[in-house]
Amino acid sequence: MSKTMIATKVEKQPRRKLIKRRQPNRSRVGDFFVYLFLLLMALAMVFPLVYAIESALKPLDELFKFPPSVFAQNPTLDNFSDLFVTMGKSWVTFSRYIFNTVFITAVGTFGHLIVASMGAFVLAKYDFPGGQGFFKIVTVAMMFNGYVTMIPNYLIINALGWIDTYWAIIIPAFAEPTGLFLMKQFMEGLPTSLIEAAKIDGANEWRVFTNIVMPNVKPAWLTLIIFSVQGLWNNKAATFIYSEEKKTLVYALQQIQSGGIARTGQSAAVQVIVMAVPIVIFILSESQILETMASSGLKD
Amino acid sequence: MKEYLQKYVTLRKHNFRVAVKKAKRSKMCYAFLAPYAILFTLFYILPVCTSIFFSFTYYNILESPRFIGIQNYISLILQDDIFLQGVKNTFMIAVITGPLGYILSFLFAWLINELPRWIRAVAVVVFYAPSIAGNVYVIFSIFFRGDAYGYVNALLIDMGLIDAPILWLTNPDYMLPICMIVILWMSLGMGFLSFVAGLQGVDRSQYEAGCIDGVKNRWQELWFITLPNMKPMLMFGAVMAITQAFGVCDVTMALCGYPSTDYAARTVVTHLFDYGFSRFEMGYASAIATLLFLVMILCNKAIQSLLRRVGT
Repeated sequence: MSKTMIATKVEKQPRRKLIKRRQPNRSRVGDFFVYLFLLLMALAMVFPLVYAIESALKPLDELFKFPPSVFAQNPTLDNFSDLFVTMGKSWVTFSRYIFNTVFITAVGTFGHLIVASMGAFVLAKYDFPGGQGFFKIVTVAMMFNGYVTMIPNYLIINALGWIDTYWAIIIPAFAEPTGLFLMKQFMEGLPTSLIEAAKIDGANEWRVFTNIVMPNVKPAWLTLIIFSVQGLWNNKAATFIYSEEKKTLVYALQQIQSGGIARTGQSAAVQVIVMAVPIVIFILSESQILETMASSGLKD
Repeated sequence: MKEYLQKYVTLRKHNFRVAVKKAKRSKMCYAFLAPYAILFTLFYILPVCTSIFFSFTYYNILESPRFIGIQNYISLILQDDIFLQGVKNTFMIAVITGPLGYILSFLFAWLINELPRWIRAVAVVVFYAPSIAGNVYVIFSIFFRGDAYGYVNALLIDMGLIDAPILWLTNPDYMLPICMIVILWMSLGMGFLSFVAGLQGVDRSQYEAGCIDGVKNRWQELWFITLPNMKPMLMFGAVMAITQAFGVCDVTMALCGYPSTDYAARTVVTHLFDYGFSRFEMGYASAIATLLFLVMILCNKAIQSLLRRVGT
């Protein structure tokens, strides 16, 4: 009802009003240059990705042509079918690699989700001694990256006897600090009265957590799942896993990729598969992720 | 003085007793936090501690660690020329790509903020995709190939700027700049997403109020309204940017080789790999890791105190 009213109103406006600037403090010349700049940058950013996709579609003779062309003249999917043939001939059946990756990603992500949201819930909604201090330490842990702890991590996992098992990748993924951080920041946005109301109605903490809090933070779940999947998908774990039947899909694909000049076409196809999975997942869940990231700020 | 001390002690005791009481009442909080806390301690706190411990020892995995004091640090800083080269490169990369990537993330997020909804969604994917695209950056080794078949060489020869192909990825003069370009290309990561989301959350009416109060152009609006509103996101983005900038190694190793010519593309993390997983000198590698850890934390703290002043 109200929508149609606005629409008719706009149509009746004189032309001058239609091109009126939407935002205050903007000059039209500035807008033009800004968007031109943005367009050029976007093209530059996307060019290598487009090039990667186009190479995967090129037949072999075009890949070695000089001068090289960016776009494939006779696009074909031969590279992908060749890749599947090579996969079929691998020493370990290829479905095993797929199983490895799916298993690691699924278990790792699920565990991370549960463990991190349980921690985030009490950190966000309860005041208890040590809670704030612990959260500070977690934020400090986001300030250094995994390379710093790589060697001691290897020693610890070795001591636990997890070398060459899936657990070497799965369990450390549970404790990813960024996940807890994002979840906690998002949960702080939940009204405390909601929890109090449930408590008055007789729900214990576990029920509050599973029935009240978790259904209300779905965007944060999804974000956590996606970051975790992205991390685990790209995790080759070459330092932890050495037996062929436990290697991940990306690792196996990159082994094919390094198979020399005859595999140029297939390696281009591998590249596309490896990059496509995280990007497609991101596209499908973009709005939810952005909703979570809105509360990602670090307060003093 | 004595009285003061006594008062202080009583107060501490009282606070402690209150804390214990509170802790007893919130057992369930600890129960919820316990799984995460245990794993976090095991894989984040403990490794940092062990790393610091091993950095004072000689340890090669086969023999048990032997305490050698600060010998590792001394040889690292005074005798290891390649490490110093790595430090120099890492700093060059961090100082250039860190702030630049951070500014670019914010700039793009800010510029796409006013686009219509669906164009913005596409733009976010375009800018964010390189950072999650796995190892696609190896495609740059085709662009920068050393022979005349490489795109950049072919282009420059065609334009008459150079008459012989340049060995982009083997000539020490060009390695770092090219790596920096690639790193910048990939630098719009989680911080960028945080900025995009944060900008959407800024209250519109503040802009109108600012317009009435005499804000004249988009730059004033940025400085006086947008940036102060974005402070928490700016902090988060800075953490992400610094952590990434000091951890560079994948790109340099993939593009320039490992080891690279004259160690011109060696970074601190490459050095860490070298000693940790090629030579198995874990004590020495731990010393590198400890130094890197300290630098990352200090840098983060410094930048945070700097960012607190934004827009004031």
